Amino acid sequence: MPVEVRIPTILRPYTGGEKIVAAEGSSLEGVVKDLDARYPGIGERLIDESGLRRFINVYLNDEDVRFLDGLGTPVADADSITILPAVAGG
Amino acid sequence: MRFDSLLDVVGGTPLVGLPRLSPTPEVRLWAKLEDRNPTGSVKDRAALAMVAQAEKDGLLYPGATLLEPTSGNTGISLAVVAKQRGYRLVCVMPENTSAERSQLLRAWGAEVVPSSAAGGSNEAVRVAKKLAAENPDWVMLYQYGNEANARAHYETTGPEILKDLPTVTHFVAGLGTTGTLMGAGRFLREARPGVQVIAAEPRYGELVYGLRNLDEGFVPELYDESVLTTRYSVGPHDAVRRMRELMEVEGIFAGPSTGAILHAALGVANAAVRDGREADIAFIVCDGGWKYLSTGAYDGTVDAAEAALDGQLWA
Repeated sequence: MPVEVRIPTILRPYTGGEKIVAAEGSSLEGVVKDLDARYPGIGERLIDESGLRRFINVYLNDEDVRFLDGLGTPVADADSITILPAVAGG
Repeated sequence: MRFDSLLDVVGGTPLVGLPRLSPTPEVRLWAKLEDRNPTGSVKDRAALAMVAQAEKDGLLYPGATLLEPTSGNTGISLAVVAKQRGYRLVCVMPENTSAERSQLLRAWGAEVVPSSAAGGSNEAVRVAKKLAAENPDWVMLYQYGNEANARAHYETTGPEILKDLPTVTHFVAGLGTTGTLMGAGRFLREARPGVQVIAAEPRYGELVYGLRNLDEGFVPELYDESVLTTRYSVGPHDAVRRMRELMEVEGIFAGPSTGAILHAALGVANAAVRDGREADIAFIVCDGGWKYLSTGAYDGTVDAAEAALDGQLWA
């Protein structure tokens, strides 16, 4: 199922500079695999053996996937996924 | 009400119902007016607690220099505490913050070291750590990792909410240092098992996420994911729209970070209505709108305000 993925500046070298790309999958993990097939190398910047990398936040329709089902979070048609590096506030 | 000094006024803020913004009589929103603290923000609680702890630990002496990376409010709060207690304060603040923030900091007697806009608060933290290493006699309270920050909310904000709203079902606050959510969230979870703790995280423009590599990412040492039940990312459009709605509908004049929090609070309120559940949702009003007038947050269309805030640290 096609979803829209927003790519942060720091990962755009992988997507040829594209800010928003399409990917498919029924779960977040599937979407990341599909992204990696389309843009080789981007997958390992997002996940490591333990799951989502510590300094990477992924939001499904503005909700942090760590509080959904993580990489197993189901993804539906027309969902929007946003990837952002973790930054400080305060 | 009479107090011995300004610092004795910190905390004890009003919890105000929002009869017009609450979706139904069964699903109620309550605003904790932290702008009623002495310097006008929730950060007064953490600043006072961190200085008191450092004094207790014997780290401070008359004339000592405090150092803090801050996007504004914590620095302003520390400036007043420092002035009252006889310390010097140096703040490292990103240059993409509102003009009022640096004006207020200087007016309250702090010295401001600007850090570059790219990288936002991450860069301010990096510069402050470098300054701390160069000046070993300075005391960096370091709000992101200082237990007294979260403890202030565990001991004051959380209990105040529970006392005023014993039926609280949801607590919604902004995610920056994570101190408010960790402290008040932990307290409310212990006191009322099943309470939902919801974080509203500001989503800034691209400039702020302009790290050189992902290893420069930052997660505050205070952050414990298990305290939260949900974490929402809220962009400037929704933040400004809700901030203005709060003023137009309920008369509460707040800053954009409060708009982001209200957006998340209305999200959980509407979910409770859909599920047919009763809810008492308490959320934090971080500060008043005064410091953001120059940014255009209250001027013109929401789209224009969003454009003006792009690249700014608006929360």
